[in-house]
Amino acid sequence: MAELIARTPCAGLLPLAVGGVDLTEESLGALTTLSPRRGQEAALSEALEAAHGMAFPAPNRTTGKAGARAIWFGRGQALLAGPEPDADLARLAALSDQSDAWAVVRLRGAGAVDVLARLVPLDLRAAAFRRGHTARSELAQMMASITRLGADDFQIMVFRSMAATLVGELKTAMEAVAARG
Amino acid sequence: MRISCPICGERDRREFHYRGAALTRPAPDAGEAAWDAYLHLRDNPAGATRELWYHETGCGAWVVVTRNTLTHEMPGCELAAEAAR
Repeated sequence: MAELIARTPCAGLLPLAVGGVDLTEESLGALTTLSPRRGQEAALSEALEAAHGMAFPAPNRTTGKAGARAIWFGRGQALLAGPEPDADLARLAALSDQSDAWAVVRLRGAGAVDVLARLVPLDLRAAAFRRGHTARSELAQMMASITRLGADDFQIMVFRSMAATLVGELKTAMEAVAARG
Repeated sequence: MRISCPICGERDRREFHYRGAALTRPAPDAGEAAWDAYLHLRDNPAGATRELWYHETGCGAWVVVTRNTLTHEMPGCELAAEAAR
């Protein structure tokens, strides 16, 4: 049997630090999309609360906290990040294991919002996009999930196959923001 | 152009993919003329149109957008799932 070595999506690419903004790779644990079956939205939210301590998030919102978070992920879909999903949830929702499918990075530091402003067609400033807010949008032509975790602190997810492009685009934007001083 | 997704809110046009006119599919036995029109014949109005767009890099919803071809206004946007009811 071959000895297989697990590589993270951004292995060899991160961490990066440019002009006060840090880009690091995140490992969130298990990633599972939850798509409630028709008419089971409320029941799923209750089951999620009972099993993992968080409600099903409304559009553009997250619930839970670091280590066990539910991130709204699209129409009728949320991503459970952290724990392995309770088996009971499968009764109320379609579950899909996404654990190795996404590259997850964290962009932190003063100027993080200026970096994202170069790549994302959304107003991500604190007045419009607060802690716990999330969005599915485009980041340099890539489908992305963007979540604000704190002041100057964003989590960004794209498909794993796009990890190198994501890091490249963010690095270019970080350098451009830093160059403005 | 900005499109007001019923789920995500107002978003940039680049998040969406254009599909075409929002038509009602004829019944299977509606006859040749109805199916010919559904497949091949399109109006080219100067004014309000109803179109299907896909919120590709957003929430993944299909939406029916009302667009004015003269003014580029997009006054209406509803989920295709609800428009079909």
